[in-house]
Amino acid sequence: MEIFLVGWVAATLRVATPLIFGTLGELFSERSGVLNLGIEGTMFLGAFIGFTVASKSGSLWLGFFTAVLVGMLSGWLMALLAVRLGVNQHVAGLGMTLLWTGFSLFGFRLIFGEPKVPPSITPFQSLSILPDSTFLGPVINQHGLTYVAFLLIPLTGWVLHRTRFGLNVRAVGENPEAADAAGLDVYQIRTLALMIGGGLMAGGGAFLSLAQLGAFTYGIVAGRGWVCIALIIFANWRAVGVLWGALIFGGVAALQLRLQTMGLQLPYELFLALPYLVTILALIIAGRNASAPAALLKAYRRE
Amino acid sequence: MFAVQMQGIVKRFGGLVANDGIDFELKVGEIHALLGENGAGKTTLMRILYGLYTPDEGEILIGGKPVRIHSPRDAIRAGIGMVTQHFTLVPTLTVAENITLGESGSLLDLQQIETKVEALSGRLGIPVKAGTPVGQLSVGEQQRVEILKALARHARVLILDEPTAVLVPQEVQALFEVLDRLRREGISVVFISHKLHEVMTVCDRVTVLRDGRAVGTVEKSQTTPSELARLMVGRETFGVHRQGERPSTGVLLRVEGLNVKSRKGAVGLHHLSFEVQAGEVLGVAGVSGNGQAELGEVLSGMLQPESGRIWVGTQEVTGASPAELTRAGVGRIPEDRHASLVGELSVADNLVLDQLEHFSRHGVLDRNAVRRNAERLIAEYQIKALPETPIRTLSGGNMQKVLLARSLSRNPLVVIASQPTRGLDVGATDYVRGRLLEQRARGAAVLLISEDLDEIFALADRIAVLFEGKLMGILNTREATVEQIGLMMAGTPLKRSSVKEADRG
Amino acid sequence: MVKFRLERVSAPLWFRPLIPLIALLVTFLLTTLLVLWAGADPLKVYYYFLIAPLSSRVALIEVLVKSTPLLLTGASVAFAFSAGYWNIGAEGQLYAGAMAGAWLGMFLGGVSPVAGIPLMMAGGFLAGAVWAFGPAILKTRLNVDEVVTTLLLNSVILFLVSYLLNGPWRSPVSMWPQSPEIAQGAHYFRLLPRARLHFGFVVGLAVIVIEWFVLQHTPLGLRMRAVGLGKKAAQFAGLNVNRTMLVAALISGGIAGLAGVGEVAGIHFHLIESISDGLGYSGIIIATLGGLHPFGVGLAAFFIGLIDTGAQSLSRALGVPVYLGTVVQAILLLVTLSLFVLQNYRLRRA
Repeated sequence: MEIFLVGWVAATLRVATPLIFGTLGELFSERSGVLNLGIEGTMFLGAFIGFTVASKSGSLWLGFFTAVLVGMLSGWLMALLAVRLGVNQHVAGLGMTLLWTGFSLFGFRLIFGEPKVPPSITPFQSLSILPDSTFLGPVINQHGLTYVAFLLIPLTGWVLHRTRFGLNVRAVGENPEAADAAGLDVYQIRTLALMIGGGLMAGGGAFLSLAQLGAFTYGIVAGRGWVCIALIIFANWRAVGVLWGALIFGGVAALQLRLQTMGLQLPYELFLALPYLVTILALIIAGRNASAPAALLKAYRRE
Repeated sequence: MFAVQMQGIVKRFGGLVANDGIDFELKVGEIHALLGENGAGKTTLMRILYGLYTPDEGEILIGGKPVRIHSPRDAIRAGIGMVTQHFTLVPTLTVAENITLGESGSLLDLQQIETKVEALSGRLGIPVKAGTPVGQLSVGEQQRVEILKALARHARVLILDEPTAVLVPQEVQALFEVLDRLRREGISVVFISHKLHEVMTVCDRVTVLRDGRAVGTVEKSQTTPSELARLMVGRETFGVHRQGERPSTGVLLRVEGLNVKSRKGAVGLHHLSFEVQAGEVLGVAGVSGNGQAELGEVLSGMLQPESGRIWVGTQEVTGASPAELTRAGVGRIPEDRHASLVGELSVADNLVLDQLEHFSRHGVLDRNAVRRNAERLIAEYQIKALPETPIRTLSGGNMQKVLLARSLSRNPLVVIASQPTRGLDVGATDYVRGRLLEQRARGAAVLLISEDLDEIFALADRIAVLFEGKLMGILNTREATVEQIGLMMAGTPLKRSSVKEADRG
Repeated sequence: MVKFRLERVSAPLWFRPLIPLIALLVTFLLTTLLVLWAGADPLKVYYYFLIAPLSSRVALIEVLVKSTPLLLTGASVAFAFSAGYWNIGAEGQLYAGAMAGAWLGMFLGGVSPVAGIPLMMAGGFLAGAVWAFGPAILKTRLNVDEVVTTLLLNSVILFLVSYLLNGPWRSPVSMWPQSPEIAQGAHYFRLLPRARLHFGFVVGLAVIVIEWFVLQHTPLGLRMRAVGLGKKAAQFAGLNVNRTMLVAALISGGIAGLAGVGEVAGIHFHLIESISDGLGYSGIIIATLGGLHPFGVGLAAFFIGLIDTGAQSLSRALGVPVYLGTVVQAILLLVTLSLFVLQNYRLRRA
């Protein structure tokens, strides 16, 4: 039982990592007033870029940081459309997802062809802080990026609430007219928020290909971006809420995996669907989602 | 020595010329009124100075040097601050956060900012609570935050856009004291207003705008309210007035004990009771934001009352939907006419939207009938548009005519008109007032909610005054004086005896 | 960085019809880089996208086959969007329809197509509407954002389908997770000999025409457009905003359900996990490209079918990865969206 628990907790932290990256990315976007449905595609792009650069250069970290950089570019493109031009955020976001999905698959096919065995790399190894044999070893010995993800949560909270940039992001997400009148460049702040968000999303995707799988596959992201959209609501648009949300989602997913490997005959799909249904329930209970940024989905345009 | 000089400013919106070559000069350390009717171009001119609009032509000089102001950021850098009618505050942020918003730096030391804000507010005699979220403050307090925000950024020029429209008289007095103190500190104030007495109280000089042009700048000491009025209006106004008294033929609108919950940032309604007779106009006066909007919305079915009852004729309509009210014989003229028409749909479609059942057969729209209806109403109400013209391309006056046509063409028993002439030009205003009096003559009960006292005195048979959502009393217009109404608007209830008298009259 | 701002100007009237052409031109210019990366000749690629699918009977029929579900998902999305209901769930509603088709198909043995096909259609429509009901009622009763709920339910139904196909509905005779083949009486009939084009295409065209008629010529359509273009104004005029959105959402779900039935009854004859693979999301693209007008949606569906077909022959003939088609669609969508905005504005340096 104890071994089961330890394994479960360890797996939960691992499963939660990409979700934290993605959700924090979406948090930056939404707090600035932009719903970025491009998240699913941006994570996919991050997974592709990270894997490709790592496999061609031999450096996992170069792959990771290139993915983050490209993700920021993706955020910039989203900003060009949804902020500068002010097109419909839903449609633009879905368009971005389609674009990056298509682009990544296109690029992957061109670079790696269609080999029988999918190309793979040696992924990031877990840190060995404690010997694996010790009781807490599997829990503590996580990927470095997992530690980064969990550290990013308080960091994001700090940036949003203790820095001027964070104040500006919150202001343009709540009342862009007021921010504009205060002399802030609404477009620029939203663009920056979307770029940071894009970088984080792509980082989450790169974790999947560089740490979790060591490969890039068609189903590598498999709806995790949509889970992040749900998590934001679950987290009530607060950084600390992201922690609990990601742990619960990760926990359910990890439990499902473990029960399956233990040979229990469970409709595992139910477990997979559960987080989505719980989110919808949370939406209903939260009622009129009072804490959503007031200017979310509204393009800002001066007269 | 001028703080600001604006020369030959031209601003067009589509076909409309809002500013037509305006010259405006602001001296250092003066309070300068920008006076004019709604739509004269006052706000446009100042939005240009504050960088919210880009002028099509003209030049701006600050301290004698030409500058280009493309955004509020440029304006702030040039030492200009503006308090707009709709406050530009972020409700979820605290007073201190709102005030520091837009300043440079990377970290946010809230404690230090709060100390600074409190020091500044102490020095200027503008008390605020630095750590409170702005959304929890009263309107007057929010305005003080706005002023502090501008001054915290070392504004030497402060623009106030109709600052008293949202204030009760005591707050107005406090504001004037603040302005006086600022003047002594050498700050120049532009005071946008259309209220003559305020201008004569607080300002040093007055520039009058009319139809997008500056028609004159005068020293207060060398002018009179009547001269200013003449400059503002620019013609002898006969206007539209009600004629004669009508015999009462029964109550058509009755409201009893009406309560409406207060919503975020707005007052509710508290125990309102009144009646409107057939052939009578009941004017509802009050300072903006004292429940007029809520009253209009409740009687239009857009807001549900918490308790109380409403009758139209003998039919109870408490809690009725807009459609049920229309069927019960209520014609509704909304306060926000832009949001009450579908801008992207045509004039013809908008004209039938509230009675689609009369324009369809077997579940299919009768396009010919829709078009004939539009042609008839366009002619009857002198709407400058074709049936297929999209609403959004219409002027405010023509939009209002569409709304009038839609609701009045069904000969309603009761007409609810909320701010029916706000923002309209003189011609359209007279037209709308004439139409409302026509309804009175026809025998409808008209409830006229208006912040324009002249309008109320010109049209209403009786005047009700709202203050903080409560009825201060109802007076017969021929017995009412502006002073008395003013007192009631400031929260002094009418004495019981005179209420009874008004009821008998 | 060059800063600019948008200034509202009235677009010249001749501009609007040119938008699709300009969008296409810009899209092809932007994708040229990818084509060059793939080492192909851009002109040839455009030939395969635009001309080749139209130049042979076989290819043209394939375009129509691909357009069939797209006509319906596009019409579904456009219908909901017209009423201001942001249904992102056509994908899930399509699966619901497909499930209903697969389920009904198991019981229709010996039934004549005259009864079977209408039953299949009714079942699919109903199932799509049922799957759309939850988010719609949450939106109209509790004001819960429909974008998130419809999006999440897309994933949920995929898990449901996966469960059914690996469990209770799994066909015993197949190697793959799929449902048993549906009865003959449930098959959509073929429109042409020796071609996959089936009755669903007629259904798609009919839905487009009906949708046009409803939106333009019925009180419901006018109510929907009023609600979609100005909720408060519609409410003020006395329209029941919530009921109008609910009706639009359910019909939208039903139309997407029809698309699912068509794929089961006309193409695959059983349910498979990848039966849609994005057709519902393509519906959003098509509705947007078509400017939410049914006839525009019809043209856009045909066009996307063309690109899909072109991308396949492209990959066969030139070795350019088939995903170029997806990229072209995405860029076309984003460019068109931008042009819709830019037609009313003029860029100005600030």
